[in-house]
Amino acid sequence: MSALVEARGLRRVLDGEVPTTLIGGIDMDVNGGEFLAITGPSGSGKSSLLYLLGLLDVPSAGEVTIDGRATSKLDETARARLRLETLGFVFQFHFLLPEFSALENVALPMRALGRLNNDAIRLRSHDLLVSLGLGDHAHKRPDQMSGGQRQRVAIARALANDPKLVLADEPTGNLDTASTAQVISILRAMCGPGSGKSVVVVTHDPALAAQADRRLNIVDGKVSV
Amino acid sequence: MSGMWPLILSIARTHILSRLRQTMVGVFGVAIGVGFSVMMASIMEGSQDDFVRQLVDSLPHISVTDERREPPRQPADQVFEAAEIHGLTTKQLRPGIKNPYAIMAALEGWLPGAVAPSVQAKAVIRFAGRDTAASITGIDPKREPDVSKLSTQIRDGSLDALYKSSNAIILGSGLAKKAGARIGNSVVVTAGTGRALSATVVAISHAGVTQIDENSAYVLIKTAQILAGQTGLVNELRVKARDVMQARAVASRIEAETGYKATSWQEAHEDLLSAFQMRNFIMYTVVSAILMVASFGTYNIISTITHEKTRDIAIMKSLGFPSYVVRRIFVVESMMIGVMGLALGWLLGYLMSYGMAQIEFKSPFMDATRLPIIYAPSHYAIAGAVALTASVIAGFFPARKAAALQPVDIIRGAS
Repeated sequence: MSALVEARGLRRVLDGEVPTTLIGGIDMDVNGGEFLAITGPSGSGKSSLLYLLGLLDVPSAGEVTIDGRATSKLDETARARLRLETLGFVFQFHFLLPEFSALENVALPMRALGRLNNDAIRLRSHDLLVSLGLGDHAHKRPDQMSGGQRQRVAIARALANDPKLVLADEPTGNLDTASTAQVISILRAMCGPGSGKSVVVVTHDPALAAQADRRLNIVDGKVSV
Repeated sequence: MSGMWPLILSIARTHILSRLRQTMVGVFGVAIGVGFSVMMASIMEGSQDDFVRQLVDSLPHISVTDERREPPRQPADQVFEAAEIHGLTTKQLRPGIKNPYAIMAALEGWLPGAVAPSVQAKAVIRFAGRDTAASITGIDPKREPDVSKLSTQIRDGSLDALYKSSNAIILGSGLAKKAGARIGNSVVVTAGTGRALSATVVAISHAGVTQIDENSAYVLIKTAQILAGQTGLVNELRVKARDVMQARAVASRIEAETGYKATSWQEAHEDLLSAFQMRNFIMYTVVSAILMVASFGTYNIISTITHEKTRDIAIMKSLGFPSYVVRRIFVVESMMIGVMGLALGWLLGYLMSYGMAQIEFKSPFMDATRLPIIYAPSHYAIAGAVALTASVIAGFFPARKAAALQPVDIIRGAS
């Protein structure tokens, strides 16, 4: 498997009177089609690493290369475009726009990307919701759905632009057992043969971590062997 | 980027519709600002135009008098070109415009308008033992209707009635009332020169302005010349230009051709017109202030929305919305509030202006009148432009703050 994401010498230090090191020099790869679990104790820097890999945060040093493209010199707009085209995010809290229906939330990244026309966007949004068992909930707003349903809508939204990499930060951290099982199975299925997507999950959940092809344990901002 | 606009509009619309009450407060704020601005401008400019119109209508557009811009040179000055000559008796010039009918004939060859002569004299009108001071104007009844509204202001009788008797006089309504004279009465007119004659009241005029009606009386040119002791001379040629705004240029040409001082209405009221400019400046400053205050309401609302939407902004940015798109969403929201307020404000402004125009005012100095209102598109355009600009500015700062948010800061702190 070739590396979809390469991180070299990645550091993230928060400035301040007493600088805080979140990530203290990490080299890692995420291969195409791989399901990678990032684990570690609370405050170890798992989420910070995920944000750096997802271009949500800018490293203090080092380089993240995504799909062969170095990102350290990209401006904010180019980074946003790369996120839109290549990455999908799922957070612990669903982070759906509350005034929009499930269908509209899923359509949002596609409308921002502008590659499909309105009919095609509507159709794909609906298909994604159906594939995640939410066909009957397409027109409901987030406050009319359960936590598990919202998280599945968030997964559908992450898949909207057919990203090469899905980054999930504690996606099951706020769900009941049944919903957790559903989400794990959906994420796992993304990396199946033929799908080609890579998934990086930050988790405390042993059941989710157990599904990963590989685990990366982070302690104090560094990879722990 | 053009593909982003439907999305920007859709998100902006959803945001402001989901906060309908706040939105309506902002909309009404802008609407009231725009409405009052339009109404104020309508009244202020309406009253100004009305005042200028009355000024222009009641006075000649151009007044040609026997004055000179420079004092005439004495004959000795002209002959000897000396710097200073002592001990010579100065030549006495008779006041008045000489050969007025010849000058008028020459002017009528090119003048874009009409011209009429007049003679002014101060006099006392005695009737039934009562003396009343009056300003006598000698007029040519055939030419007068072309340069003034006197013929339309005659209540009883007519302008041509001045020809009916040898010494006929038209009294202003207030003057007739003060003197107690009526049509057909004979009054004695004594001029400042001491000359007196008996005149028959043939008509009553009413200009609607107390000062004019209580002081003015009109006689034939010849009668006024006798009273003023200036046979063959007139004091003034009054010109009514077809285009009021051309009066200054026409006056300048008359002055060049006749040598007499020609004063346009603009020159005569230069101080008043500059006072109007000052008044307009103050008016537009106040109007802008009203709209700025209204824009603070919009600023508040957009600030509140951006504050409440911090998480949504983080979501959009994490999905890949560039900062400028986020900024535009909130500026567009502000503009939507501005545009809705503007439309409502225009309607409000029109209705308030219309309502004000229906109110009747009574003044002891003028006939009953209504507020002069002007419905000028420029008022609506200026109020609209200021309101929209204020809305954009009001939205820009919260929008810039929103766009500068780092999604990771919000996501880290989410619970």
